[in-house]
Amino acid sequence: MGFSLTQKKPGVVMVGVDGQLIVGNRQELKQKVLDALDGGTNKFVIDFSRTGYIDSSGLGVLVSLSKKIREQGGDLRLAGLNDDLQTLFELTKLDTLFSIAKTPEEALAAFSP
Amino acid sequence: MTTPLRLHVRPRGAGGEVEFELLLDVPSDLNYVGPAVDLIAERCRHGALSPRRVEFNLRTALAEALANAIAYGNRQDPSRVVRVRVEASRAWLRIHVTDDGAGFDPAVVPDPTLPGRLEREDGRGLFVLRSLVDHVTFNEKGNSVCLTLRAG
Repeated sequence: MGFSLTQKKPGVVMVGVDGQLIVGNRQELKQKVLDALDGGTNKFVIDFSRTGYIDSSGLGVLVSLSKKIREQGGDLRLAGLNDDLQTLFELTKLDTLFSIAKTPEEALAAFSP
Repeated sequence: MTTPLRLHVRPRGAGGEVEFELLLDVPSDLNYVGPAVDLIAERCRHGALSPRRVEFNLRTALAEALANAIAYGNRQDPSRVVRVRVEASRAWLRIHVTDDGAGFDPAVVPDPTLPGRLEREDGRGLFVLRSLVDHVTFNEKGNSVCLTLRAG
């Protein structure tokens, strides 16, 4: 359970979400990403391949992080959503706000080197 | 989190539709949402719902209902608890989440998918909850929600 941040290529950090992203742990994710943003990274891939469920607070934190990252000239992409999570993004129309890739590798490749 | 969560299982049966009930009091601290959802999902894994619906629909909807009750109903007041009661039958699962707050009118909550609201951080809880279960009802006061998930 938890969040892991790994630099996959220069300026791009992959964030793994293990377990769930909900009201009880969203602040931890937000702080970790904001710390990396302060450290100069402004491109992020959030990998949900190992995520069971996301509640509306988790969705909200993704929206606010994406806004902050874009304000700093960066981008946040999502990847690895299972069918249920993909449906959740579609129902809430958040699929229109985010770039969503099937796999973390595809999301990484979409960032120019 | 210092108070251990205690789940009470109450067998019913005796000809009735409900096979068992689960009762859980959750302190008004958002850090209890995850552990409370884990406890209930674990007990519902072999019932009316498919494992996939337990792991996604039940968990997400219950997390929403608990977070609303703790944050907006009980205003995270440590002297108050949120009461969860689950009724399990072979045909459905019914989850009641009740707080001590003044209640609210669910009809006035705006649609979070409208263009002007899409980039807001909050305001999606009720929408998500309604999207993931088969039926949602509130009591008249608006401090108790009942989520029904049909078998399957």
